[in-house]
Amino acid sequence: MKVNLVKAAPWLVVAGMFLIWELICAGFNIPEFLLPAPSAVWAVGVAQFEPIMMHATQTFITTLAGFAIAVVVGLLIGMAVGSSPFLYRAMYPLLVGFNSIPKVAFVPVLVVWFGIGTVPAILTAFLISFFPVVVNVATGLATLEPELEDVLRSLGASRLDILGKVGLPRAMPYFFASLKVAITLAFVGSVIAETVASNLGIGYLMMSASSSMNMPLVFAGLIVIGVMGVVMYELFAFVERRMTSWAHRKPNGAT
Amino acid sequence: MSFVKFEHVDLAYNPGGALAIEDVSLEVKEGEFVAVVGPSGCGKSTLMKLISGLKPPSGGYVYVDGRQVGGPLKIVGMAFQNANLLPWRTTLDNVMLPLEIVEPYRSTLRKERPRYEAQARALLARVGLAGFEDKFPWELSGGMQQRASICRALIHQPRLLMLDEPFGALDAFTREELWCMLRDLWQEQPFTVILVTHDLREAVFLADTVYVMSKRPGRILVRREIELPRPRDLDVTYTDAFAGYVHELREHIGRVRAS
Repeated sequence: MKVNLVKAAPWLVVAGMFLIWELICAGFNIPEFLLPAPSAVWAVGVAQFEPIMMHATQTFITTLAGFAIAVVVGLLIGMAVGSSPFLYRAMYPLLVGFNSIPKVAFVPVLVVWFGIGTVPAILTAFLISFFPVVVNVATGLATLEPELEDVLRSLGASRLDILGKVGLPRAMPYFFASLKVAITLAFVGSVIAETVASNLGIGYLMMSASSSMNMPLVFAGLIVIGVMGVVMYELFAFVERRMTSWAHRKPNGAT
Repeated sequence: MSFVKFEHVDLAYNPGGALAIEDVSLEVKEGEFVAVVGPSGCGKSTLMKLISGLKPPSGGYVYVDGRQVGGPLKIVGMAFQNANLLPWRTTLDNVMLPLEIVEPYRSTLRKERPRYEAQARALLARVGLAGFEDKFPWELSGGMQQRASICRALIHQPRLLMLDEPFGALDAFTREELWCMLRDLWQEQPFTVILVTHDLREAVFLADTVYVMSKRPGRILVRREIELPRPRDLDVTYTDAFAGYVHELREHIGRVRAS
């Protein structure tokens, strides 16, 4: 019974939020162009199902492409920065500075370079989501126990040996944890770019809907993004648990 | 002929900075069990780094097996206070780790895996870990982890075993159990041991020779041979002769701390 309640709780919270939202809209008689009720959003979602799905697919693929680049680049930079204290000190200020730039400010630059369309959206998704991967991989590698390194080095292990046998496996929980954060950020990036510079994708759909005051469609777009984010987050949380179960052991596992 | 030899060794971690150890000279024979005791921060662990070739001396010479140490030696096994087992590997795979790095095991591991695995299992059985080979480290108690850690240090049959306070984090009973385990391992298959510890009873019980080091910068103050008959049993720790050694060493340490 208790377990069931725990499992149902997230759904109940979501259902409760929509219920309160619906009641507020009905009770205060809020006009649809300010805040559409969930029922109105649902109606639009059903009526415009096909165009919404088309734009959602575009956003989804764009996000995944940017995310994939972010994972590869993030792993490489993270490995470099994490295994060399020199590179760590040399690169960190630049990385932090770069991460502090609002990526929406960078989209116009990408548009000048690559034109309107999918490429700036992929790149924005990549730029916004690679930083957590870098930080986590670097942290995982840099916090290697010095004694363990001594054990291996006294055996004549090369840096590559240490990285492969100990560093990378040890960094994996950090890496998979960063994927959860990175995938949700990637959605933010691709949608931002789409609202500014695209004629496809959920971001574009919302922009064009809001310019014609079609607020139910705007909210339908927001909900679709949210759902995609949650689904991908849960997917990577599942992958994380499967790949690094040793790091998520129960505290009473000792015999 | 000495197996490990220090000649007037100094070490400063930063060039020109404070010395961690100063003018250390000592000789260890092959097969000898040596303990180094001293107040904390006296550079005991520095000795280990020098012998294993992880740090070059700032002055003087370190010889192991008649040759000057110039880099990591592969004939050395090490274990520390923290067992440092890899949590994603089973106990058996943790013990096998050195074989994946040291030649000639490294290049023959693929072909000879069953044989090496049998060796690792036999070693684990000798320290009382039979049946725990496929457990993960977090499923073992602290004492068991330390046993596995010592197996990892011995699996490639090193000629020199270096232990840095390996039993420091264990409770008194477990610690005495592991003393006996180490004693048995050493007596069955002789190798040279350098044990760094601050437990005087541990040093006297296990070692042939005890060195007392001073506060930073670490110097060797006293070299004491322990002439208790072998094989030693835990009962020996309650004899007058044993207490005499411990007492004598304790006085030296007391003087170091007071100075």
